[in-house]
Amino acid sequence: MELRPILSTLRRHKTTAWLLILEIALTCAIVCNAVFMIGHRLQHMHMSTGIVEHDLVQVQLAEIVPSPDVYARAEEDLAVLRQIPGVQAVALTNQLPLQGSSSNAGIKLDIAQRQPTLSAGTYFGENLPQTMGARLVAGRYLQPDEFMHADIVLKALATGDTKRLPAVTVITQAMGQRLWPGQNPLGKSFYIGPVPVRVVGVLADLARANAYDDATAHYSMILPLFFGADKDQSYVIRTRPQDREAVLKAAVAALKKADPERVVTKQRTYDELREKFFENDRAMAGILIGVIVALLTVTALGIVGLASFWVGQRRRTIGVRRALGATRGDILRYFQTENFLLATFGIVLGMVLAYGINLFLMLHYELPRLPAIYFPVGALALWAIGQLAVLGPALRASRVPPVVATRAV
Amino acid sequence: MFGYYLDLALHSLKRNKALTALMVLAIALGIGASMTTLTVLHVLSGDPLPGRSGTLYYPQVDPRDNGGLLPGKEPPEQLTYIDGLNLLHAKRADRQALMTGGAVPIQPDSAALDPFYVEARYTTADFFPMFGTRFRYGQGWNAADDEAKAREVVINSELNERLFGGANSVGRTLRIGDTTFRIAGVLDDWAPSPHFYDLNTGSYGYAEQVFMPLLTALDLHMDHNGSTDCWGNGAGGAGHIYPAASCVWMQFWVQLDTPAKAADYKEFLIHYSEQQKALGRFVKAPNVRLRNVMQWLSYEMVVPDDVRLQTGLAFGFLLVCLVNTVGLMLAKFLRGAGELGVRRALGASKRALFAQLLVESGVVGLVGGIGGLLLALLGLWVVRHRPSDYAALAHLDPTMLFTTFLLAVGASLLAGLLPAWRACQIAPALQLKSN
Repeated sequence: MELRPILSTLRRHKTTAWLLILEIALTCAIVCNAVFMIGHRLQHMHMSTGIVEHDLVQVQLAEIVPSPDVYARAEEDLAVLRQIPGVQAVALTNQLPLQGSSSNAGIKLDIAQRQPTLSAGTYFGENLPQTMGARLVAGRYLQPDEFMHADIVLKALATGDTKRLPAVTVITQAMGQRLWPGQNPLGKSFYIGPVPVRVVGVLADLARANAYDDATAHYSMILPLFFGADKDQSYVIRTRPQDREAVLKAAVAALKKADPERVVTKQRTYDELREKFFENDRAMAGILIGVIVALLTVTALGIVGLASFWVGQRRRTIGVRRALGATRGDILRYFQTENFLLATFGIVLGMVLAYGINLFLMLHYELPRLPAIYFPVGALALWAIGQLAVLGPALRASRVPPVVATRAV
Repeated sequence: MFGYYLDLALHSLKRNKALTALMVLAIALGIGASMTTLTVLHVLSGDPLPGRSGTLYYPQVDPRDNGGLLPGKEPPEQLTYIDGLNLLHAKRADRQALMTGGAVPIQPDSAALDPFYVEARYTTADFFPMFGTRFRYGQGWNAADDEAKAREVVINSELNERLFGGANSVGRTLRIGDTTFRIAGVLDDWAPSPHFYDLNTGSYGYAEQVFMPLLTALDLHMDHNGSTDCWGNGAGGAGHIYPAASCVWMQFWVQLDTPAKAADYKEFLIHYSEQQKALGRFVKAPNVRLRNVMQWLSYEMVVPDDVRLQTGLAFGFLLVCLVNTVGLMLAKFLRGAGELGVRRALGASKRALFAQLLVESGVVGLVGGIGGLLLALLGLWVVRHRPSDYAALAHLDPTMLFTTFLLAVGASLLAGLLPAWRACQIAPALQLKSN
């Protein structure tokens, strides 16, 4: 295909051609970044938590009048819950993965360190990883006799008498690798505040409650503290997926019966909890898809409109070419090539723009660098859209009969 | 003349119905999307207390040891209980209030109502006059009540509706946990948004239903809600166990009526930090901040990133729609160049042609703008029905309505100017000849 006549025609429609190139460039740049952001969100939404999500339900209660003994209250609740048919395991916990509000601690490898090495989610609760189904890959779980009542621990911390505090923990593999890269974390120690803690077990995975950042989402540990019943703790119950609704209902009834002086503040399956955590990401992904569709549609319609005009304007020229021996295929290819050229200019410009937008987003929205793979995605999309959009008008052009050449318009 | 141009424009637009519809739709979609997102952005970055926010300040001091959990040079975002009390009792500002968030169990007298938990604010007396809360009945408590740990509360209109059917409940009793309180006042609908005085409990669409004297609440071990940051051997506590001395969990607000007073107060904070360092409580050199409400909100980046991103996307989309319309309009005008040539040859001036073409593009812009406004209303309706915490706030106020109108007119003029100018550059003779 000879490009020179096309280019010389376009030179006569410079403004219009540039507008179309600009439109394609903008669309290409936004689409590249939007597709990338969708991928980013989807990846985040598929984050693993390391627990048996479909088998878990959560119940949280708040006392109307504080219990005289919160520890006895919790022990009795746990016993009551274990009696419910279909319940496989129960634990009291201060948080669940992806719950949002969280409890975290700064971890230091050396007590003299000025800044913590990392911040990790701190889970408190006996039998917790077993109930949640967090798999142990090395060492052991925490033993019941290692757990201490929270108020004793907090008092000891306040007075600085930390000698008798529980000095063991179970951490995730991700946290171990970050603290001691390439080494076995088992038996190693770190500091939480002034207290040295020894790693006795390693979990395959356990996401933290505030897993907003993928890089630090799997830094979690379990500490042997027993908080007793208060409104910030909740019961996590393991059962079979098909029994969840029934168990949830029975659990709430049993807990209310054990102590009527309280209100249920949360009762949900773990799946509901997870869905809520990613609600905004899902909405944003939806919006991004909408924007991509709208942009491509508007651009495609713009190309159709413009091509139709050009075809109408060039009827005589087309007629002359046909009269001089150009086939219908020649005419069709002419318009297709013209569009391909414009799209290519637009795409090249769009790539530069896409890179610029990505730099801006990296600066202001903590988005990673746009991987090179997304550039051809945008390019292919725009080429395809352009060719499809121009097909109709180009076909119409190819049907212009040669006899038009002999007539005045 | 205008009527004639309008007639010509409508005639010309009717000739290419599909194309006209496409141009109008593109502008409408672009404006609709940008106005929806811009309105949300505008609402979310608004001033929570117009007229007052300029004189309200949030003092921050830095009591951390060198190896603080919180990285960076900024002081912690809240105060320790001790610093809060010290600054409160210093009374160096025109007004000052120390506060934190919580939740309290309400035990209704009526047997028909089950007990329930509501969000609460534990605060000192100046909260009400300082923030200019509107009262429906009664008033707040005073500083003497604070010190006496009085069993008094202020409730909001929602709770008053629920418990007393909206009647004047001042002087009546309210059972919270196992303690009986006297209701001192009932707030009118008052819920500043963003919830600037404590962003830890949620920034938007959050309203406490019970306001309780801070010392009373701590005395009764009411539950604490909100963020706690600790360092050293501090532990955050849980439920009825309060955070340790080396934890920040209190918010402190002051009213300083003149910039000079604000400057003095900052000096006072530095002086206070030096004093505490001399006493051995503070380790670092004085590290203080004194931001007013809007500075505080901007420092805390209270507007969600996603909302700003959506606004950017919408304007990108609008730009594409505009470029699209400009291109189509230009092609259309140039296609009709023959007709324009005839009019030029018959004596119409360039200016007259320009005006005529501008009317044509103006019609497209105006119709698109109206469509955009309707789409924005629809868009805001959709936003209101989404589960985000700011959903209920998404309404078009007069400012944004005016902005929409300006944007529509501006966009249509932009879309019309270039094509109209380009098209009336035609030499009349040339056009006539080619036909």
